[in-house]
Amino acid sequence: MALRQCAIYGKGGIGKSTTTQNLVSALAELGNNVMIVGCDPKADSTRLILHAKAQTTIMSLAAEAGSVEDLELEDVLKAGYRGIKCVESGGPEPGVGCAGRGVITAINFLEEEGAYDDELDFVFYDVLGDVVCGGFAMPIRENKAQEIYIVCSGEMMAMYAANNIAKGIVKYANTGSVRLAGLICNSRETAREDELISALAEKIGTTMIHFVPRDNVVQRAEIRRMTVIEYEPEAKQAEEYRQLAMKIRDNKNFVIPTPITMDELEELMMDFGIIDEIDESIVGKTAAAEATA
Amino acid sequence: MAALTREETEALIQEVLEVYPEQARKDRAKHLAVNDQSLEKSNKCITSNRKSQPGVMTIRGCAYAGSFGVVWSPVKDMIHISHGPVGCGQYARGGRRSYYIGITGVNAFVGMDFTSDFQEKDIVFGGDKKLAKIMNEIEELFPLNKGITVQSECPIGLIGDDIEAVAKKANKEIGKPVVPVRCEGFRGVSQSLGHHLANDSIRDWVLDPAENKHNDFVGTPYDVAILGDYNIGGDAWSSRILLEEMGLRVIAQWSGDGTLPEMELTPKVKLNLLHCYRSVNYITRHMEEKYGIPWIEYNFFGPTKIAESLRAIAALFDDKIKEGAERVIARYKAEYEAVIAKYRPRLEGKTVMLFVGGLRPRHTIGAYEDLGMKVIGTGYEFAHNDDYDRTIKEMGNATLLYDDVTGYEFEEFVKKLQPDLIGSGVKEKYIFQKMGFPFRQMHSWDYSGPYHGYDGFAIFARDMDMTLNNPCWKQIKAPWKTEESTNTEVAASA
Repeated sequence: MALRQCAIYGKGGIGKSTTTQNLVSALAELGNNVMIVGCDPKADSTRLILHAKAQTTIMSLAAEAGSVEDLELEDVLKAGYRGIKCVESGGPEPGVGCAGRGVITAINFLEEEGAYDDELDFVFYDVLGDVVCGGFAMPIRENKAQEIYIVCSGEMMAMYAANNIAKGIVKYANTGSVRLAGLICNSRETAREDELISALAEKIGTTMIHFVPRDNVVQRAEIRRMTVIEYEPEAKQAEEYRQLAMKIRDNKNFVIPTPITMDELEELMMDFGIIDEIDESIVGKTAAAEATA
Repeated sequence: MAALTREETEALIQEVLEVYPEQARKDRAKHLAVNDQSLEKSNKCITSNRKSQPGVMTIRGCAYAGSFGVVWSPVKDMIHISHGPVGCGQYARGGRRSYYIGITGVNAFVGMDFTSDFQEKDIVFGGDKKLAKIMNEIEELFPLNKGITVQSECPIGLIGDDIEAVAKKANKEIGKPVVPVRCEGFRGVSQSLGHHLANDSIRDWVLDPAENKHNDFVGTPYDVAILGDYNIGGDAWSSRILLEEMGLRVIAQWSGDGTLPEMELTPKVKLNLLHCYRSVNYITRHMEEKYGIPWIEYNFFGPTKIAESLRAIAALFDDKIKEGAERVIARYKAEYEAVIAKYRPRLEGKTVMLFVGGLRPRHTIGAYEDLGMKVIGTGYEFAHNDDYDRTIKEMGNATLLYDDVTGYEFEEFVKKLQPDLIGSGVKEKYIFQKMGFPFRQMHSWDYSGPYHGYDGFAIFARDMDMTLNNPCWKQIKAPWKTEESTNTEVAASA
């Protein structure tokens, strides 16, 4: 089987890292060779696989050694649960330097050092919340991830973010082979969430590949720095992640997305009662002004 | 060749513009003009200080070049850190021939290259810590430095390093001025913005904090400062002696052979004297507003302009200085007349085309005229319209003005106007020499100089003569090619 490279995007805090690690564990359970590349300065994309607080990152090792050229692959690549290969790009503290450049440097290093070997079935890039600059688009450029999964929920801002990410994908899809492969709904238990995300997926030209329900076992596993798959393999939630893994394994639905306008998005949310009809007369009015009116 | 009429020059501009695509043609047309001395304001005929067109070969530099290369690097007792990857600092080092007195590496640092040598990790994690460390190392290794400047290369602006915070902290720790300059190369349209940013940094980080320093300074009514002389080949020295001989006291030179204490003392002068208006007018106007210091522009190229300038400066002082100016002019008369007598017959009637930076495209015209030569075309890399306002009166009617000239335009104008001498920069030099035109580098004086003052005029005249009348130009044609066959070939290839 040819190597499939997938990138996981989505609004910050939506559960990308947790979902990715659980799904990758399920893929490994199914007998696949998988690598996770964390593309976030926080470096929390591999902790559940490695049972570690935070993996030592490519960029921090490079800073210590002097330059990235001084590193060897085995310095940065750690194997975790079921042999899943883990690597974190790393980057600066908030407010200094350039995190985007860190992602670019790290991915170039992995390529040059031959991290993407023939044994691998899947690579998953877990990318920081918003594609704020070119560095965070690195995983979806030429010859990198070709399937993008967007994690979202029925909350307004998560849907905004999903649509914006779809816009970013269009840019790269038109010039390369990157495609949108589906929305993963990580439930926040909002009303009619599955219908809403399915409707959004349809509008932007893809599908909701799986609806992952909310379950406290995820948090219980996380406290132990484990995935649900490893912590409690027979839990119902583990089964959900297995289903997601199988759906991704069998997925053939790769599209150039058709992101919608803000108006269309707001209309969709109004249809589902997420937001009220917008009353233009109240825009910009303070509470005090409304009270006197 | 005979001087062109206004119509002929117009037609030449149109012909040269013809090859451009429509949008570029429209833009470039605004930057090319036929001089008209009757105009009061240059904006009636020429546009300047605009972004260069993509695809052309512009001769411009960047904001970093303007701040570091021009204004700051000649300040000899400070250490200037080129902050970012190594290339900018290394290629900006030592190319400008700003002469200075001092012991390099001990109390003077102009010829040295200090850089933070950014690596990937500095981009990713930020360069602030490294910058702070460099400052401590500088203090250890070069304790006689009077202060430090931080010259930002492009990446600093992209990654948002807080160089001001580092500068403030270092200033407290080492007790010397530390000047951060946000002169990233991508800012602005040319090096001109770099001059402005450097001027602003002098205002905020040098002059303001120095207001309560140097209280023991004893002034005289004759204290002046030379501003905008970078001492190329010793220019500031050959200027300074004239001012001193007429009775003035030069207490500061900006920035050629300059020092930080001189800069700090400048607000105490009675008059600021500007040579390069473009690069120092901002701080001069600031000193006028804040400290009430008047200023005057002057021109020390060639005896005519020198005498005019000495008298104009003297007119702002008492009779003692006025007499001093006359005495200086009289004293050098025999010397400069001998220079003219020797070189004018060899240069009379020869034509010149110039393209330089901020003041030489207009300031050298008088010196050429003193030698009987005529400037038939001139232009600036990074001028603003106030520079062209000052140029209109210096250039003859119907001569050619070209702003931010492109490589193509410059070559075409030269081919058509066939000047006897071209004065521009190192990138232009070899192209025109290969085309068979005598050429002088007018940024570095071709490793000669000084050209300012009476002493400089003698060298200027000698250099122009030895370039223009060099026998090599007669050897350019292959001996087996006759006069006629060469002319037809040139015409065919034009």
